[in-house]
Amino acid sequence: MESILYPLIGGILIGLSSSTMLGGIGRIAGISGIMGGSLKKPHKDESWRYAFLIGLILGGAILISFKPELFQYEFSFSGVTYVLAGLLVGFGTRLGSGCTSGHGVCGLARVAKRSFVATCTFIGFGVLTVLIKGMF
Amino acid sequence: MLAIVFSLLSGIGFAIGLVISGMTNPKKVIGFLDIFGAWDYSLAFVMVGAIGTSFFLFRYFVKRNPVCGGEHFLPTKTEVDKKLITGSAMFGIGWGLTGICPGPGIVNLVTRNSNALIFVGSMIVGMIIYQIAEKSGVIK
Repeated sequence: MESILYPLIGGILIGLSSSTMLGGIGRIAGISGIMGGSLKKPHKDESWRYAFLIGLILGGAILISFKPELFQYEFSFSGVTYVLAGLLVGFGTRLGSGCTSGHGVCGLARVAKRSFVATCTFIGFGVLTVLIKGMF
Repeated sequence: MLAIVFSLLSGIGFAIGLVISGMTNPKKVIGFLDIFGAWDYSLAFVMVGAIGTSFFLFRYFVKRNPVCGGEHFLPTKTEVDKKLITGSAMFGIGWGLTGICPGPGIVNLVTRNSNALIFVGSMIVGMIIYQIAEKSGVIK
């Protein structure tokens, strides 16, 4: 029971935060989209993007200083794996117009067909990758 | 100014939600994707909580103007195209390789782990490559 309680509470918090974005400034809390947009030429109207990204790091920083035990996990693959994965995630989320937050949470909550297809695709390929990786 | 406050608070809440839920833990994410192995289904409840909450609140907020004024910036595209599928497939492979997606990647910068840093750095490079490819007309 406890194993699903934290994911559920965390998920509700993610839902509340996404709703704050939509209700507050009318934007979708899609992290890859917010980040991609922040990499373009800086513009005053886009300052909300930096605020959101700073908030993400600030939220993490607050938690790690009060509850460091929540971060007791490792990044145990080779550096090359992280480079390759980062490139695929960065390029892929921009080409596919979203990631787990934009498609998987906000898009599905809006019952958007594109987000449903995207979510099935990235979870499917994620499952396949873990399966194939496990064979070696 | 108020828009900045909303975005900042939303980012903070989002990060706390990601950590509490277990989404920032790469091992847990890989366990969730390992449905043919030792499947850890618990992260499915992150989606249940997040989608369940936003489903109702989105319906409420979409009918009203944003607190900071202006309009809603909602995606208008409805067509499923090759870009959507190819991009999502690439993202899925990258996600499965390390168990990190964009949000948790950024939050994990606070661990100051070198691999977490390498991941986010490469992700930014990947996004910039996409932008260059799009601008130069390689991707239409």
